[in-house]
Amino acid sequence: MIVLAVDVEKQLGALQLAVRFKAAGGATALFGPSGAGKTSVVNMIAGLLTPDRGFITLDDTILFETDKRIDVPPHRRCIGYVFQEGRLFPHFNVRQNLDYGRRMSRRPRDTGEFERIVALLGIAHLLHRRPRMLSGGERQRVAIGRALLMRPRLLLLDEPLASLDAGHKGEILPYLVRLRDEGGIPMVYVSHIAAEVHQIATDVVRLDEGRVTAAGGLELLAGTS
Amino acid sequence: MLELSPSEWTAVELSLRIAVVATAWALPFGIAIGWLLARGKFWGKTVLDGIVHLPLVLPPVVTGYLLLIWFGRKGPVGAFLYDHFGIVFAFRWTGAALASGVMGFPLLVRPIRLALETIDRRLEHAAATLGANAVLVFFTVTLPLALPGIIAGVLLCFARALGEFGATITFVSNIPGETQTISAAIYTFLQIPLGDAAAGRLVLVAIVLSLAALIAAEWLGRRATTRFHGE
Repeated sequence: MIVLAVDVEKQLGALQLAVRFKAAGGATALFGPSGAGKTSVVNMIAGLLTPDRGFITLDDTILFETDKRIDVPPHRRCIGYVFQEGRLFPHFNVRQNLDYGRRMSRRPRDTGEFERIVALLGIAHLLHRRPRMLSGGERQRVAIGRALLMRPRLLLLDEPLASLDAGHKGEILPYLVRLRDEGGIPMVYVSHIAAEVHQIATDVVRLDEGRVTAAGGLELLAGTS
Repeated sequence: MLELSPSEWTAVELSLRIAVVATAWALPFGIAIGWLLARGKFWGKTVLDGIVHLPLVLPPVVTGYLLLIWFGRKGPVGAFLYDHFGIVFAFRWTGAALASGVMGFPLLVRPIRLALETIDRRLEHAAATLGANAVLVFFTVTLPLALPGIIAGVLLCFARALGEFGATITFVSNIPGETQTISAAIYTFLQIPLGDAAAGRLVLVAIVLSLAALIAAEWLGRRATTRFHGE
């Protein structure tokens, strides 16, 4: 079943981005070298970047369509976004960061859900710390928790391991795999590292210089490093 | 040794009230203008920037005179405010607060603008993806992150308002108990024989208040900064 459909064009400096792909549930990797336009594509899905032309649909909702002049603002798209650098709010502690999405949508507190996700990510002992007191790996786990607790319809992960050293990568990967298998939230995972994509993704979309060069299963990773 | 007479106390109390009221009224406007200058893209931004900074470079007497022309009882703005709201500035302490607020305004706007310019916009984008609309993003992310700049601006504006002399005396004169602030009182005491002792006492008060404001600014600013960004 198709969950996410993207067909967008945008001129980004010298790069003429024209990307079309569809994603089912599970984890779809946007895979390609840096500068291929991967982050721009997820920013368009999140609503942080406006395409010049095209459409983006999630389930049966149109998030963006030039012809119908639809452009749902990011705060109403209900798409969780885990950024490369975490982007935790420095003036809030971990608990307040995790609660931010729920507070913004004025949902009542759901202790069960909160504790389940905190346990899944192993961040229970960090709740009262401020982001600057966290290690890189802890920061990314909190960022993932923050995105999950807003109950997203789709989760975007933009190179969430890029800022971590090898040891901390190993610390996060199992959580992401569990999330894929138990979370039930479709994921778009951006990466330029084949080994990482291999562990997490169920589908692969290859991106090169602003174009989709191939789409399919993990066999697309063969012959890349 | 530092025994203030009732009239000197009145001047001190009046100065503090004028400075507090001036800063409190200026703050929302200061945040709004600071935000416009930091984020806005509009025609005439340079002109707005210039107007905001004008009280800093104009002779204070000129600012006071312009206030007198516009906000006096017969001035265009002053007459309007009196007819519709019964507000009078001329020769009242409220006028002194207006003059002090105008003089302190550039010092208030500048740090706020700088703080807003240095905020990582990507944090605001993150807040938007988490469901915060523009207003919520402003109040939950932008404003708290700009807090060190806001504190700095408030204290600078307050200190300026506390010591304002030229614009105030030109606009609302030097009326004991109504518009005679510490500065105006010192000036008055220096004009009369044997006024030196009274002037000296008020000079001491002025030094103490200014130092206290500076130390408070430094302390609050450092606290807010370390809270967010570490040492």
